[in-house]
Amino acid sequence: MRAFFALLARDLNLAFREGSALGAALGFYLIVVAMLPLGLGPDMALLSRIAPGLLWLALLLSALLTLGRLFETDLEDGSLDVLATGSLPLEAVVVAKGLAHWLSTALPLTLLAPILGLMLNLEFAAYPPLLATMLVGTPAISFIGTIGAALTLRSRRGSLLIALLVLPLYIPTLIFGIGAIASLLGPGGSEPSLMILGAISLGAFVLGPIAAAAALRAQLG
Amino acid sequence: MRLVADDLTLSRGERRLIEGLSLTVEAGEALVLTGPNGVGKTTLLRALAGFIVPEAGAIRLEGGPDNGAAVGELAHYVGHANGVKPGLTVSENARFWARFLGGDVRAVEDVLEIIHLADIAEVPAAYLSAGQKRRLGLARLLLAHRPLWLLDEPTAALDVASQALLAGFMQRHLDAGGILVAATPGPLGPAGAGILELAAPAPGEGAAP
Repeated sequence: MRAFFALLARDLNLAFREGSALGAALGFYLIVVAMLPLGLGPDMALLSRIAPGLLWLALLLSALLTLGRLFETDLEDGSLDVLATGSLPLEAVVVAKGLAHWLSTALPLTLLAPILGLMLNLEFAAYPPLLATMLVGTPAISFIGTIGAALTLRSRRGSLLIALLVLPLYIPTLIFGIGAIASLLGPGGSEPSLMILGAISLGAFVLGPIAAAAALRAQLG
Repeated sequence: MRLVADDLTLSRGERRLIEGLSLTVEAGEALVLTGPNGVGKTTLLRALAGFIVPEAGAIRLEGGPDNGAAVGELAHYVGHANGVKPGLTVSENARFWARFLGGDVRAVEDVLEIIHLADIAEVPAAYLSAGQKRRLGLARLLLAHRPLWLLDEPTAALDVASQALLAGFMQRHLDAGGILVAATPGPLGPAGAGILELAAPAPGEGAAP
């Protein structure tokens, strides 16, 4: 457990100290959302209606930008060899790195989303559901992302490949994320979509590290 | 304790580098892998560390701690890349290894003193010279106890004084009953080490079927 927290602390420390990945993701999110009203025209009612979907989609794309570096720097500087010879199983190493990615990237993006909602005329009642669905749904982004990052580790143009591999896997999260906002806003505020969103995140939390660790083992050779 | 490899066959991509190799290294013994570039020294070391799955044969540590740990978990592997994080300071790198590899964090200061990096302990590792990074990478050997040391060209980029320092560490490790396997293109370290000269496969034998 000490090794797990040592790795988590190291990755968080590096993410916030180097800051470039987080800055790029937040900046990308800001710019994409700022450009959307320019492309769609000044129809406030239209913007308000599609705002949750746009915020979710732009968040997925912004998070995608940061996935490429997840294991790449560790491979380049030889840290991956150290991580692989530790007593911590490689699956737990991936959990620590995925968790660090969620805390250092997906969580800041989630917290930025309500602020960007102002630009899209998001209706006031939609703010709590938006935050709730993003908090529940974004762990899937990080942990599904570990699979893509591990599989494309040694390939050139890896970041393009990651998008092709990972974006289709994000579709359920996107569908149920937006569905959950709609159902929470609807009469009765039923939340089966939110439960499914949580289930996808938990599934990704369990299966992502297993798949990513298997891919990493193949890449170590 | 001894490191045993039975009838190993290792390939890199389509090329078969090592075929039918068996070796035994007893506790307190060192084995030096020599041979020309590209002959498979690094591949053999990475296989011993468990990073490469052999096509055939087995690697095991006999008489080691009987807790079902894989060979890799009982080994330090220091390869061409040192595993040093440029964004962390010298002492942060060392403290991370001590924690991650199950060593003693309190030993960090002493170890940095021994390898002459104590003066620059708070400098980001990105500013270190190649030799200093190498020394920091080798600090892992002292920060956590592991019975098996797998070193790939450990003296690369080290000055004469540091090479002597490293030779001292290796000798002490062997005296304490450790096992050392090191790859080097030139002469190296501990007196009385066994030498395994890997030869290039004869023309025509190199390609895997």
